[in-house]
Amino acid sequence: MSKSDLHGRKVICHDMCLRDGMHAKKEQISVEQMRSFAEAMERAGVPMIQVTHGAGLGGNSLQHGFALHSNEEYWDAVAPVLSNTVMSVLLIPGLGTMDELRVAHAHGVGSVHVATHSTEADTSPQHIACGRELGMDTSGFLMMAHLNTASGLAEEAKKMESYGAQTVYVTDSAGYMLPEDVTEYVGALRDTLDDATEIGFHGHNNLGMGIANSIAAVRAGASRIDCSVAGLGAGAGNTPLEAFVAVCDRMGIETGCDMFALMDMAEELVFPMMDHIVRIDRSSLTLGYAGVYSTFLLHANRLGEKYGIPPRDILLELGRKKMIGGQEDMIEDTALSMLKERGDQSAA
Amino acid sequence: MSKIKCVLIGSGNIGTDLLYKLKRSDVLDPVWMVGIDPDSEGLARARDMGLKTTAEGVDGVLPHLVADGIQIAFDATSAYVHKENSDKMNAHGVFMVDLTPAAVGPLCVPPVNLDDLSETMNVNMISCAGQATIPIVYGVSRVQGVEYAEIIASLASLSIGPGTRANLDEFTYTTSSAVCEIGGAKKGKALCIINPAEPPMIMRNTIYCLTEGEPDQAKITASLMEMIEKVQQYVPGYRLVNGPVFEGNKVGVFMEVAGLGDYLPTYAGNLDIMTAAAARTAEMYAEKILSGELTLVAEAV
Repeated sequence: MSKSDLHGRKVICHDMCLRDGMHAKKEQISVEQMRSFAEAMERAGVPMIQVTHGAGLGGNSLQHGFALHSNEEYWDAVAPVLSNTVMSVLLIPGLGTMDELRVAHAHGVGSVHVATHSTEADTSPQHIACGRELGMDTSGFLMMAHLNTASGLAEEAKKMESYGAQTVYVTDSAGYMLPEDVTEYVGALRDTLDDATEIGFHGHNNLGMGIANSIAAVRAGASRIDCSVAGLGAGAGNTPLEAFVAVCDRMGIETGCDMFALMDMAEELVFPMMDHIVRIDRSSLTLGYAGVYSTFLLHANRLGEKYGIPPRDILLELGRKKMIGGQEDMIEDTALSMLKERGDQSAA
Repeated sequence: MSKIKCVLIGSGNIGTDLLYKLKRSDVLDPVWMVGIDPDSEGLARARDMGLKTTAEGVDGVLPHLVADGIQIAFDATSAYVHKENSDKMNAHGVFMVDLTPAAVGPLCVPPVNLDDLSETMNVNMISCAGQATIPIVYGVSRVQGVEYAEIIASLASLSIGPGTRANLDEFTYTTSSAVCEIGGAKKGKALCIINPAEPPMIMRNTIYCLTEGEPDQAKITASLMEMIEKVQQYVPGYRLVNGPVFEGNKVGVFMEVAGLGDYLPTYAGNLDIMTAAAARTAEMYAEKILSGELTLVAEAV
């Protein structure tokens, strides 16, 4: 086989299993599990890991669930076992605040994804500036990227760059994008942003495209890829880190990660603690097919059962109503409205 | 019946929408609008509607306050300049209704605490999410203790101006503290989501309360229905969509707020509930002034 055109490219893998994976565990990961995961990833040479409530700073709420422990307890458990690996957090303005970012920094967090919906970058200038003032590695994170056009997303990315973001992410929160979409979107950002600004890609595997999309992103100029060991994350999970590293090894893309250590970790630490097997099932596939925020999965499954409505129907309706990340309350609202409509129809 | 004369400070979305509401009032008469940009559309519209205008900021109207008999001011500018605006108005014996998040004066949600606020020259209208959700939190807390209340406001992207966008932390802090102070919850949290869907979504608000002990469903439901009716008296588009849903100690209420479509379209219920609450508040003070119950005094100027 011929040598890949990407041979020699360098990619920073950023693991999400202790943040996005919190969604898949209904925010119930113990500090001991956090510490053992972090130790394993440090040993495997993973350069960055994200550690917070699934919804990031300020996430503990009725809307997003209460985690087993506070973010401070998680960071304090993880920080001592890290030496080369950097700990990061997610911050969504409107939910998390700059005060919480300052606390995170004081507890050893060195990097932040400042996240907004793909059209609302201008809600992030203060938070991005705050990350930079604290000396943190600061990324802008444009969620539900498929709900903007490629050129529109590039404009939003340019705003984040102007606020001080060192990296801007194309974030496929719904696992909706196909490799050609990723090529177009990442390419648009690469054409628009300064050469010094890095581009990241964060995928979900709802259509089985996690790895193909991540490789397409690298080819189009991305140098940071969010993954998750065993894919532990919302929906059908994130791009599985061990498989991504294996593909990179084959292509000669340099990740610095130990693939065998990561596959052992997936098998021995992550799979045994899953409450449900994170996979492409009819609900998570519906997310990817209809372009729905991956975190809605378990809420829709629970409320579907409570109200006797197939979760798939609820998810399709949420997609039709163009609900976005953070609107988890609208899942129950939608289920209740569907129940009323269905009752009216059967009565008629 | 005579009317109380008013000045509107700020000629943006909020100021303009408020102007339409004041024009309909039986007791308020908008006379001046203050801006800072001579080419502002808001000032031009105000002139067309018969108001006097100045583009020289608050200082441009100060010499006219006494001559024109102005007694109530509305500030729809920003938290940063509000204190100064308020001090200048108060010094001239003009009562201030604050629509910025500055919160210099006591917080006001008309159906909850308007009657308790007479001893002040400045009231603050909190935030749109505060106006839309605190009546519900109070509707629960007046029946049964609320350990924790959480409100989630979803707003149409087109209805959110640059000031709010750049200051989301302020919005969440102001609103969550008001959920406790006025709503009566022991702890409070406010979340805000800006949704760009086309056509724009109508403002939605979800309110969750955790009650002390098992919620008294019948009493809470009756109390909520009464509060909703009270808000509907000044915001007709305030509507219960689903709930109350009781699950353990959790009470969930799903509201929407459609605006009157005065200036921005009906989806911008967030704007409407702020301006309607401000107008309602000012009307109560105007009624007190007209009946002689309240006398505003200017400092020596």
